Amino acid sequence: MKPDRLSRRDWLKLGAAGVAGVSGATVLDLASRGGARDALAASGAMPREPGADAAAAGPHAGHQEAMGIVGMPGPDGAFDPAAFLTDFDYGEVTTRADGRVVRRWQMVALDREIEIAPGVFFPAWTYNGQVPGPTLRCTEGDILQVEFTNAGSHPHTIHFHGTHPPEMDGFEPIVEPGQRFTYEFEAKPFGLHLYHCHTMPLKRHIHKGLYGAFIVDPPEGREPAREMVMVMNAFDSNLDGDNEVYAVNTSAFYYHHHPVRVGVNDLCRIYLVNTTEFDLINSFHLHAGMFKVFRTGTRPDQYELTDTIMMCQGERHVLEFRLENPGMHMFHAHQSEFAELGWMGFFEAVERLAAGEGVPVGPAPSDV
Amino acid sequence: MSDERSEAAPRRSGPARWVLGLFPLALLAGLVAFFFGADPTAPFRDAFPPVEDLTIERVSFPENGVMRVHVVNGGPEAATIAQVIVDDAYWQFEIDGDPTLPRLARATLELDYPWVEGELHVIRLVTSTGLTFDREVAVATLSPRPNALYLTTFGLLGLYAGVIPVLVGLLWYPFLRRIDRKWIHFYLSLTVGLLAFLVVDAFEDTLEASALVPEGFQAAGLIAVGVIGAIVGLRALGNLGRGRSGGDSAGAGGGGPSPGLTVAYLIAISIGLHNLGEGLAIGAAFSLGEIALGSFLVIGFALHNTTEGLAIVAPVADRRPALRHFAFMGGIAGLPTVLGAWAGGFSYSPTLATFFLALGAGAILQVIVEVTRLIRKSWPQGLFTPLNATGLLLGLLVMYGTALMVTA
Repeated sequence: MKPDRLSRRDWLKLGAAGVAGVSGATVLDLASRGGARDALAASGAMPREPGADAAAAGPHAGHQEAMGIVGMPGPDGAFDPAAFLTDFDYGEVTTRADGRVVRRWQMVALDREIEIAPGVFFPAWTYNGQVPGPTLRCTEGDILQVEFTNAGSHPHTIHFHGTHPPEMDGFEPIVEPGQRFTYEFEAKPFGLHLYHCHTMPLKRHIHKGLYGAFIVDPPEGREPAREMVMVMNAFDSNLDGDNEVYAVNTSAFYYHHHPVRVGVNDLCRIYLVNTTEFDLINSFHLHAGMFKVFRTGTRPDQYELTDTIMMCQGERHVLEFRLENPGMHMFHAHQSEFAELGWMGFFEAVERLAAGEGVPVGPAPSDV
Repeated sequence: MSDERSEAAPRRSGPARWVLGLFPLALLAGLVAFFFGADPTAPFRDAFPPVEDLTIERVSFPENGVMRVHVVNGGPEAATIAQVIVDDAYWQFEIDGDPTLPRLARATLELDYPWVEGELHVIRLVTSTGLTFDREVAVATLSPRPNALYLTTFGLLGLYAGVIPVLVGLLWYPFLRRIDRKWIHFYLSLTVGLLAFLVVDAFEDTLEASALVPEGFQAAGLIAVGVIGAIVGLRALGNLGRGRSGGDSAGAGGGGPSPGLTVAYLIAISIGLHNLGEGLAIGAAFSLGEIALGSFLVIGFALHNTTEGLAIVAPVADRRPALRHFAFMGGIAGLPTVLGAWAGGFSYSPTLATFFLALGAGAILQVIVEVTRLIRKSWPQGLFTPLNATGLLLGLLVMYGTALMVTA
């Protein structure tokens, strides 16, 4: 018998059997473990099955329920964490006379107040009004043109990671408010990169929200998968040099309250970027499964299999995994503090996802 | 002197007197209305984020797994509590009303939080603008509820720390009766020393409590009102007593209470005011779990406060007051400790504590003046005869010695 194949109802039955006095260490052990799972279910973290609630007590059943924020995180004007997760911006595509693909983006620096947790507002500096900025995606060898307009109140730049001429690096020139600059370079090498403002004081320009993911696909592409972008970020809302809110994609506990739906055994791919300011490292941990880590996404043939990965600020990796069992799979920073300050969420693995449901499979040929 | 002017004024023709009296007020009201209407500071205000200043006055633990956070908005503007972080984790809460608190408004938050007996917890409020306001609970412990057991416990605490020591101190009266007049003044000087120490102690307690007073309640102003109010009040009370005893005739017994007895009562009142504040502190400390060695602390307070009884009887050493006076004075000085301990144990307010401690500090200050005057009546050199000066210094040292036990 494989206990982990038992359904939740079976657990409840075993629990009841234990209470009814059926002896045996195994049953009692199973019963107590069932109790722990019920507590988690009662927390609302796991969706309740019909009938399962009977065993769960009232609102004071467990403290799992009381952890977290008051209110429901939702879209905030120009920014919706649900959409951002699977939104890849391929730019405006044209083909040059020599046959090279040219991608063009408009990027505008804007001051905007964003909602980082329900009811908590942060005076951010943004690219295109959103934090993180749009996920720019292209293929190795494409010619990229990023037309940057500074409509903010402070000087800004866009500094891209990757290989390019220094004059296109976004360290200089500084783009003053009201000014414009077009970055133009060839996309290389393939992998997962990032971009951010490089104006001094750097710490403030980054933690105010000027960063985003920059994906360069290999020329031969990657295997189609349910693809997501997760930018680990944090906010120092009281300006004391220490973060009050941690998240992936800005909104504290967003994917905790809105689980990310994927199919059982489907290939899932996360483009994971760490832009957390003030803390040396951040991390990603997956429950009830393991993932492959492709460091910086530059070597498709080399990976490490793990369930926890630690990343310095600016580090980014491509993660691939398949969830073998249906149900809720937690993911969060393995620094408990970050997790409980907002950086936690759930994947919900579903046996059969209907077409168009859950995280879309990509990259679609039309996108590329 | 000023007869001419005071009589000329009502006869002058022109507007009625009440109009003249109200005119400045009306002008002021007009100016205030204009200020709010024209809003001349608007351009400055727009440039700055709102000023928020929330204070967590108290955190209580009514039962296992539940904590209550008592918040007051001491800032100049309304503030909204958006989220709460406990020990670096966001935690859900319920609030008894609107999460937006107007200026000087209060709210109570309740959290289902698995707090740990005897351990430290930090509660942090996050406002809508992302500002944070913290309160650390050094030692979490189940909060007392006002039932018979706790009323008795806190009552006993107050009795031991306040009433009993004062009554014991009063028992020095027969001893003081039997000594030479010169030595009575030695003991009066000793009293001045005791009170001088106590006044410093009281100011320290006041400032300590005032650190937790929300800014909007103006701790400094509160202290000023308390201290000056006590000085002026006691002085007026003293004059009332002396007036009844037939003027300022030094040493004369007269028909009413003697000056010595008046001073003794004044000392009792001032010590009572001080002990009220002290009781608040004791009760609060017990309920906040900050006193691990509670019994030792109470013994310390008891020894310390016994000297207060001596301070009360010294001024009447050369008189023979009725026995009931001793009972009254003991009650006036000691019982407030019990009241304070009750109030402090069940609902401690730093604002009230600051006010009462300041009142006590001012009262003691005034009493030092009164006792010094009493000594002066017999000795022109007052406190500074070799014997009296020795007494004063000894008083300070005795207080210092017994205070060591309190802080242990």
